[in-house]
Amino acid sequence: MPAEGATLGLIINPVAGMGGSVGLKGTDGEDVLREAWRRGARPAAEDRARGAVLRLSDSATPLRVLTGSGESGEDVARTAGLDVEVVHRSAPGPTTSADTRAAAEIMAARSVDLLLFVGGDGTARDVLSAVGDGVPVLGVPAGVKMHSAVFGTSPRNAGHLAALFLAGSPAARLREAEVMDLDEAAFRGDRLSARLYGYARSPYERHLSQNAKAGSGMSSEASLDLAARQVAAGMRPGRLYILGPGTTTRRVAHALGLSSTLLGVDAVVDGEFVGVDLDEQGILEAMQGRETWIVVGVLGGQGSLFGRGNQQISAEVIRRAGRDRIIVVSSLEKLIALETASLHVDTGDAEVDAMLAGFVRIETGPNRSTLFKVEA
Amino acid sequence: MSIEPKEYQAPVWHEPVIHQMGAAGRRGVLFNRVEKEVEAAVEPAESLIPDGVRRRSRPALPELSEPEVLYHYLRLSQQTLGMMGISLFGTCTMKYNPAVNEAIAWRPEITEVHPLQHEDTLQGTLEIVHRMDLILREVSGMDQFVFQAGGGAEAAYVNCAVTRGYHAARGELEQRDEIITTIQTHPSSAATAAAAGFKVVTLMLDENGYPSLDALKAAVSNRTAGLMVNNPDDMGVYNPEMKEWVRIVHEAGGLAFHDSANFNGIIGKLRPREIGFDACMFMLHKTFGAPKSGVGGPAVGAYGCSAELAPFLPSPLVAFDGSRYHLDYDRPQSIGKIREFWGNVPVVVKAYAWSLAMGAEGMAQVSDLSVLANNYMEKGLLAIRGVTRSHPEATSPRLEMTRYSLQTLKEETGVDIHDVQNRMTDFGIDAPWTSHEPWLIPEPFTPEAGEMWGREALDSWIAVLKKVSDEAYSNPEHVKAAPHRQAVHRLKPGATDDPATRAMTWRAHQRKTAR
Repeated sequence: MPAEGATLGLIINPVAGMGGSVGLKGTDGEDVLREAWRRGARPAAEDRARGAVLRLSDSATPLRVLTGSGESGEDVARTAGLDVEVVHRSAPGPTTSADTRAAAEIMAARSVDLLLFVGGDGTARDVLSAVGDGVPVLGVPAGVKMHSAVFGTSPRNAGHLAALFLAGSPAARLREAEVMDLDEAAFRGDRLSARLYGYARSPYERHLSQNAKAGSGMSSEASLDLAARQVAAGMRPGRLYILGPGTTTRRVAHALGLSSTLLGVDAVVDGEFVGVDLDEQGILEAMQGRETWIVVGVLGGQGSLFGRGNQQISAEVIRRAGRDRIIVVSSLEKLIALETASLHVDTGDAEVDAMLAGFVRIETGPNRSTLFKVEA
Repeated sequence: MSIEPKEYQAPVWHEPVIHQMGAAGRRGVLFNRVEKEVEAAVEPAESLIPDGVRRRSRPALPELSEPEVLYHYLRLSQQTLGMMGISLFGTCTMKYNPAVNEAIAWRPEITEVHPLQHEDTLQGTLEIVHRMDLILREVSGMDQFVFQAGGGAEAAYVNCAVTRGYHAARGELEQRDEIITTIQTHPSSAATAAAAGFKVVTLMLDENGYPSLDALKAAVSNRTAGLMVNNPDDMGVYNPEMKEWVRIVHEAGGLAFHDSANFNGIIGKLRPREIGFDACMFMLHKTFGAPKSGVGGPAVGAYGCSAELAPFLPSPLVAFDGSRYHLDYDRPQSIGKIREFWGNVPVVVKAYAWSLAMGAEGMAQVSDLSVLANNYMEKGLLAIRGVTRSHPEATSPRLEMTRYSLQTLKEETGVDIHDVQNRMTDFGIDAPWTSHEPWLIPEPFTPEAGEMWGREALDSWIAVLKKVSDEAYSNPEHVKAAPHRQAVHRLKPGATDDPATRAMTWRAHQRKTAR
């Protein structure tokens, strides 16, 4: 946990969010950016960055900020009166994702206590590709697409959380958070393709017990582990279990003594892998002649069940397994934190989406479950 | 009413832990040595203790004189950070406990009796218990009450044990292993169901602030053992579809339990049995005017049920044959004991005295005043900058309490609910209650006005929150550094969440801080 003399990396993607204001579904790539400018979009990321940085300059913790030149961080940080060191200068012209990656790499090499970036899923992906799980990462929401789970709920809340974390507060803890992104080119053609790119270590604010009456139950980590063990213990001989991507299903694999692929889909029979990192075809082949159960977690900050981040588990796979053979595992905290009170399915097949809609049971802890609404 | 909040000043004693006070050999009372004749007749005291459990070294007890002890606890009582100010502690239903009821409960007819006395010498006490049972039957529509449970959670556990007994008697216990509850029902329902071996299915809230009928329909099955639910719930939201809920659960073969802990907003207005519930639970130490005494008792969770479930109730039951009261142990289907004897009788006596003083009309007035006071507060509180209500668009009624959020205040000023709690105590307001875990609404607080606080107190509470909100917008650092006028400054957060640092005993504290 950081404390005295903390170092913050600050990366602003100055064009983040521009596409959204003029009806584009993202702002990734130079062509799209040009189109956004042509349609009259103006940068808004700096405003959102200011909201977050304001909270940091309020904080009593002495802070050193490593950032990019000008609009990629320096301007906002200096205006806020922070101690600034420019570690990356972008070439003249619009900032590119290469700038984001280059700056993030330097910050990771300098072991910043926290890398705060201002942008959307595209920026999150660039940051992740540069730093992996090397340094903690937190997003200030400013993009068009925000399926990743690394963002604060608002710029100011992100700033508040960053300040807590940098001050070493026990209220700020790290967890693994999904970095997801839609393929914008496909999205603009009204065809979706979303991927789970990986997990960043990201701070979140936990509620400390402030009085006897509130009490604190089992931590969500422990509950989730026990739920995963229960799922593993409930597996029956001869059945095929398809483990979707993510850290939640990885817990199920661990409970079986297996190490699953984090971003891929694996298949288990009788406690052993019969396939790892399978594509749709691989899954369908493994299903031949076997009763099949699908085990998935909830992906991303917007609560995707199928279709985003786990497309390998296709509509056909779901149809053949059947709705009653889907096991969903998630912490209650994650469900509560979702932006909407429902989970989303987008399998590309309207019939399967309709079959999945309604209430689904979610295992939230040992002998604990909840019913959660699923919408197509 | 315009009230200018005045800051209060708590006494600051810097009082040490009692183990750090006194001196070796100091005593409060010196006892004479036991006379030789007595010792010879009884043998030395040590010999009464079996070898296996006898201490090898003397206990490290504090050594103080009697006045030192009295002053110490008097000072501590002044440092409790609460229960001295205006206390609108949501879901706790804080109310005044009349001194006369205390005096009655301290009479020797109560304090000098023992549950193992012969029934013939306990007729008066049994009469009080039986009459309280009759009052609660009238209030709830149930057919039989039992007072054995030492609190609300234990009464919830009684329900789980009765549910088990009921399904076992029908040969369905193995199949019916699920209890349904809601995310805004008190967590003790889920916890006791789990403790009794059930799987717990928790329903989330819909836009209206309560779970939808569709969610319930998706949850019930031939595995459903029962439903355990608060209504109004822990946010004061009343689910108007509850009759249909009970019907659906019954249709699936389950039992329906109304956790009536939040009864202050409906007492005298509706009876759980008439909605269809098979059982309910009242907390005599809150709704019925006996002292809440902090969390931990002594308390009574009065559990009542239908005639159909009564055979499963814990034993003994207090029964009346028209001329004589007796303790009925002859109940073959009983779940047995939940707790020793027949409950905390002094608490039953206080609740009985309160009920007689209130009468049926007085009880009905309790819910009128509680709901009126809460809605009065809502008008005042929602006019304060940075304060919003949970489910702002919901039309479902809020009865005796309302869940608010300071998320807007936090977004705009960086001041959170804990800062506000701390600052409010500087003005003689007991820190408002937030919410049970997990928080569904960010930065929550939940005042419950109840029937006994006058309008002046409610106006003061509102005025203090208004003042703290103004401070948050003009001088947030001052609020974040609060409290400024309390017996101790803000506690460092986190220590009590960490098993490595929290300690329940002095010895554990020494062990954990030595490292």
